[in-house]
Amino acid sequence: MNKIKVFITILLAFNIYFSDLLSEEKINNQIYKNLRCIVCQGQSIADSNSDFAQTIKSVVNDKLSEGMNEKEVYHFLSEKYGDWILFDPPVKKKTYLLWSLPYIFFVIGGIAILFIFKKVLKHKKY
Amino acid sequence: MKKIILSLTIVFICFVVVIFSLGLKTKKIYDTKDLVGKPIPLIDLKLLNSEKTFKTSDLKKNDFTLINFWASWCAPCRKEHKYLIQLSKDLKILGVNFKDDKQKANKFIKKLGNPYNLIATDKDGKKSIYFGVYGIPETILVDKELKIIKKYIGPINENDVKKILKIINN
Amino acid sequence: MISEFGNLTVVLSILTSFFLIIFSIIELKNNNSYPSIKLRNFSILQLIFTNLSFLTLLMGYLISDFSIENVYENSHTEKPLLYKISGVWGNHEGSLLLWINVLVLFSFLFFSKNFKKNKKFQLLTLIFQNILILGFFIFLFATSNPFNKIFPIPSEGLGLNPILQDPALAIHPPLLYLGFVGSSIYFSAALASLISRYNGKDFAIISKPWVLVSWIFQTLGILVGSIWAYYELGWGGYWFWDPVENSSLIPWFLMTALLHSILVLEKRSGIYLWVVVLSILTFTMSVTGTFLVRSGILNSVHTFANDPTRGLYILIFLSAMIFSSIYIFYKYSPIENRSFNLFSKEFFIIINNWFMSFFLITVLIGTVYPIFLEVLTSQKISIGPPYYNAILAPFLIPLLFLMAYGPTTSWIISRQFKTKKIIYNLFLSIVITSIIILTINQKNFLINVLLIASVYLILQNIIGIYKNTKKNSGKPSTPNLASAISHVGFGLLIFFISLNSVTSVGHDLNIKAGEKKSLENFDITLEELKVFNEKNYKKFVGNIVVLNKKTNNIERLKPEIRIYKNPETITYEASIRSNIFSDTYVTMSNISKSEFYNIKFQKKPFMNLIWFSTILIVLGGMLRLISKKI
Repeated sequence: MNKIKVFITILLAFNIYFSDLLSEEKINNQIYKNLRCIVCQGQSIADSNSDFAQTIKSVVNDKLSEGMNEKEVYHFLSEKYGDWILFDPPVKKKTYLLWSLPYIFFVIGGIAILFIFKKVLKHKKY
Repeated sequence: MKKIILSLTIVFICFVVVIFSLGLKTKKIYDTKDLVGKPIPLIDLKLLNSEKTFKTSDLKKNDFTLINFWASWCAPCRKEHKYLIQLSKDLKILGVNFKDDKQKANKFIKKLGNPYNLIATDKDGKKSIYFGVYGIPETILVDKELKIIKKYIGPINENDVKKILKIINN
Repeated sequence: MISEFGNLTVVLSILTSFFLIIFSIIELKNNNSYPSIKLRNFSILQLIFTNLSFLTLLMGYLISDFSIENVYENSHTEKPLLYKISGVWGNHEGSLLLWINVLVLFSFLFFSKNFKKNKKFQLLTLIFQNILILGFFIFLFATSNPFNKIFPIPSEGLGLNPILQDPALAIHPPLLYLGFVGSSIYFSAALASLISRYNGKDFAIISKPWVLVSWIFQTLGILVGSIWAYYELGWGGYWFWDPVENSSLIPWFLMTALLHSILVLEKRSGIYLWVVVLSILTFTMSVTGTFLVRSGILNSVHTFANDPTRGLYILIFLSAMIFSSIYIFYKYSPIENRSFNLFSKEFFIIINNWFMSFFLITVLIGTVYPIFLEVLTSQKISIGPPYYNAILAPFLIPLLFLMAYGPTTSWIISRQFKTKKIIYNLFLSIVITSIIILTINQKNFLINVLLIASVYLILQNIIGIYKNTKKNSGKPSTPNLASAISHVGFGLLIFFISLNSVTSVGHDLNIKAGEKKSLENFDITLEELKVFNEKNYKKFVGNIVVLNKKTNNIERLKPEIRIYKNPETITYEASIRSNIFSDTYVTMSNISKSEFYNIKFQKKPFMNLIWFSTILIVLGGMLRLISKKI
């Protein structure tokens, strides 16, 4: 039993050690997917066949070869087109609630469940 | 406790309904009006009819400059052209020829007249991205500090001309 | 002629609904033990009239009667038969009529199946359901009548949007409607059960098959929608977290939560009110979703014709629904005695509901947050896949483990957590996952843990079924088998989605006819382009040869650019070579003012297995539905 536990720990550690925490997908494609094609209906730059999407793609490629990183590319484009162009809404004052509300509700739900079972525990005492 | 939850729920739902009904009235077409107040980028642009380049920082010598993105293949550009010619008497206009063919662009100017003090070219459309352009025609009015004062998406009309004249004459 | 007849059937349906409500109210007061046969006849009549109105519109489409505005706007004489039929629900008005038909169908089925059950409960359910039917009929008649006439009569119709001309999309709306509109029946039943003070256990038994049926159709509807998006939208994706998709997913989460809770309610009291809340929420959220989609309040890939007055009507109707539900709930909700044991089956089902609620709330917030932000601050933001992936994916890990452990526990009695039970399978799944991770050289930590968790869920269920079969002398109990199949399906789904997300390869090439491009593992050649004239479109077909350098395997793909005539639209048809383990996916588009073509080449592993996993989830539900001990 204990041997197996040790083994599991080693394997998990091994998994974590070899993980890059970041996906290795090609950076260009990943950026395209995170940009809205603002002249289309809800498509991403990666998905769109439009002229606008083609231009944005080549600008992104230029910027990357100029040495910008992913974040800087997003920043550059959101300065020109607003946060509307980013599918991954940046954490800002206006998105604090967006990013926190799901977790807040999750905690509230947890507390409610705890509340139910606390009653139970008191009743049964075990 | 029950009452508090009830009233909170009702207040919340009313809030959602009000937001939704207001949401029905908001405009669904996105524009880049957020750019108004921000400066245009300092970049180099190639000129259409010469090998020289042009720095946007040179526009600082004008009190006001109108930057117009156009192409010979764009039908609405044809429509707004006469207003640009009208405006060209009162202010300097920089034309940025967008994803166009040099010959066709010159033919277009020859036929309809030239309102532009300078014509720059943006053959692959990449430079226009720096100005936040997403479809032509687009027209940007900038001041001495190169700050954007007005931004028009789509062809300008008579009213816009009046507004622009009013701004530059004040 | 058809238009008049259609209007007549609509009016007759409205009248029967109205009379059904009146007669039900009258009968509530008499002392008979069953509803009268008159009510039953009326409900048959209502079914006939509404079906007739639908068939009338269908007729209009089949004979291309362009004196009906709706047919003129959405059909064309040259359209293939299948799309003439599916054109009926390919637009707002027609789909609303279909929506009402589902409402009526479920009303009729529920009423005749449970005719001999508690009378007050039956009548109240009928009343609430018919209020819904009446509400939607008025909506149809006032703002979206599909039988409106047009004069002078046009000689030809405008045609159906080509991307909607697709077999998958033809059956997608009916499936979804049977799902989330079907949920109306347990919405009505839940309200009726509160007022008639119906026994919680009986309510669970009566509504369970309906929840199951709607859940099955909803799952199928979502599946077919994804398949359609995968090959028709031409982006190689199958889920975009688009508002329209989200509004079909939100009821699904609720149905799933409800399905599990009802199992508890059948056996134990204590969560009756929660089940009622879920039943009410499911249909409320379905209508909310419809509001979001049809009112044009959101930007989406799937646009319907937008009209703010329609939005306003649905919003008013929705508010009325919500406020009356709240009123009834607070006035009639009984006091409950809750008693659960830790680590019993109930406990895990409540935990399941906790997670489902979390998923639901996240998707809901992501969908409506931009509306709130825009109205309050007039700023626009986009919320796309990265948001949902970032928030939801980590929570799948505990969910998968709980799904594996939960079903192995017993009702009521379990009190301790049994570590011994899980340790061996966990060990095995980590070994299996490590081998997979090493073979595909995968380094994303979250994905690796997701893989472990899903493999563990699959193993646990398969071993569970094996043991169960042995214990029961060769035959597993059906409910156990059903839930195991669904859970294995879910495990496989997450497993393949995770693998697919990290092993997909995509390349974007600009290429001339006759040119060859060399990629790391593939050579791609655009041999030539051919032009064909079809019945209602012209197509450019590219002959593309893909050479896999590792295996020397050659694949030929023929993506198309289609130019439709009625209405004039350009679509891009993907060409997909599909086998069990991997799809090759190519789309082609022209680049304006150049001789280059933009070719998107993608390798998408495990697509068929993703579909298969979802079908497995549905099969579990079906098995549970047909087994006697449901």
